[in-house]
Amino acid sequence: MSKILEELLYSDSHEWVKVDGNIAIVGVSDFAQAEMGDITYVDVPSEGDSVSKGEDFGALESVKASSELYSPVSGTVAAVNTELEDKPELINEDPYAAWIIKVEMSDKSELDSLLSAAAYAEIAD
Amino acid sequence: MDNQLKTTCLHGEHVALGAKMSPFAGFDMPIQYSSIIEEHNAVRNKAGIFDVSHMGEIFINGPQATEFLNHIFTNDIRGMEDGQILYGMMLYPDGGTVDDLLVYKEYAPDSYLLVVNAANIDKDYEWIIRNADGFEVGILNDSDNWGQVAVQGPAAEQIVTKVLGFDLSGLAFYHFTDFELYGKRAIVSRTGYTGEDGFEIYAVPEATVDLWKTFLAAGVIPCGLGCRDTLRFEAGLPLYGDELSAEISPVMAGLSMFCKLDKPGFIGKDALVKQKTEGVKRKLVGIEIQDRAIPRAGYAVELPDGKEVGIVTTGYHSISLDKSICFALVDAEFSQLGTALNIRIRHKVFPGEVVKKRFYQTNYKK
Repeated sequence: MSKILEELLYSDSHEWVKVDGNIAIVGVSDFAQAEMGDITYVDVPSEGDSVSKGEDFGALESVKASSELYSPVSGTVAAVNTELEDKPELINEDPYAAWIIKVEMSDKSELDSLLSAAAYAEIAD
Repeated sequence: MDNQLKTTCLHGEHVALGAKMSPFAGFDMPIQYSSIIEEHNAVRNKAGIFDVSHMGEIFINGPQATEFLNHIFTNDIRGMEDGQILYGMMLYPDGGTVDDLLVYKEYAPDSYLLVVNAANIDKDYEWIIRNADGFEVGILNDSDNWGQVAVQGPAAEQIVTKVLGFDLSGLAFYHFTDFELYGKRAIVSRTGYTGEDGFEIYAVPEATVDLWKTFLAAGVIPCGLGCRDTLRFEAGLPLYGDELSAEISPVMAGLSMFCKLDKPGFIGKDALVKQKTEGVKRKLVGIEIQDRAIPRAGYAVELPDGKEVGIVTTGYHSISLDKSICFALVDAEFSQLGTALNIRIRHKVFPGEVVKKRFYQTNYKK
């Protein structure tokens, strides 16, 4: 059983979102990192790039496969976790601490369509 | 489809170990037990064991066995000594590859064992039968009656010697010896698919399960097909379906040294001679890119001006070398070492250059 944090929102493509004012902090769930195995590379956008809800903004690469990252919200990339460049394995070690991007949201109502921890638990097993 | 998957004699062991299982070549096989990186490093640094029971075993014997095999196999088996093993291919008349395989010269006259890829067992067997017309040979596909494990890594000799109970220090690379397990024939050969020293052990299924448990108890790390691919790739070894196929000849794949064009006619020889003299359209190369992004099979290879000149066949961020490298089939005029070639990975283009295909310095005991 993978770990799911109560206080976060989730997408059905296994990203998590932590809301901090108008900023959405985005990472991938414990379920996603376990499915991927050893993550060796994180392909991320640049600060200032725009992202759209449901569209890919980057990718995770494990030894065996690459997996697209889909943005749970629309907006502008406010920050990128540069620590993952050299230490992509941080996502395996603690997926909820290893955030990937922060998005300045353009439409906070998009959060309403994300999943609660309880709803996400039903698809992440 | 899943209910049609075959299983090896070690399937229960993999499930009990909690392996991540996946279909491969029609079998439900372990991809990894713990982590591909840990398993990969176990083989490079100490010893790992693989279930390769899915591989095929086809026996050929009879008064014309040597002549027949030399007709369907690219390497020259005349003059093989008993206990010797040769690598080579079977080809279609147009030079495309039916399969790549090992030929074991048995300790008996006119007798050979062919070890073929799991995905190709039925196709190979039919191909062999179809081409045997007019030759006095017996052909037996005995694949279902053999299990096989590969014990690979620098500590393999010491551990296999201990487990089997006889000295293997004198067994040369690409040679084998027979012994007995459960009162039945077993085979140990100094071969593998990892770039390290190691052994492949063939035995009846019940004995194979015993061997597996004994090696694990001796501290050998169970390794899945995930790291089998990263290991063989680093060592510059082709995988049928990726670097060899009905469309990819050994000349295109850079494996001409296993095709003896100076021996009497064999199937596909004329096509290979033509390819050698006139050149081939595409060649297999190694490409290294200066980034951690990973070139995956199917990604486009481009010239700096954006013109597409090839396609990636296998690629990884190499575990042992910490580099992003791949095999790619590229137009022959761009196959020279040092040629600048880009790889398109998702939305971006990454500059790279042609490098030697043997990325990792192999540690065979010769």
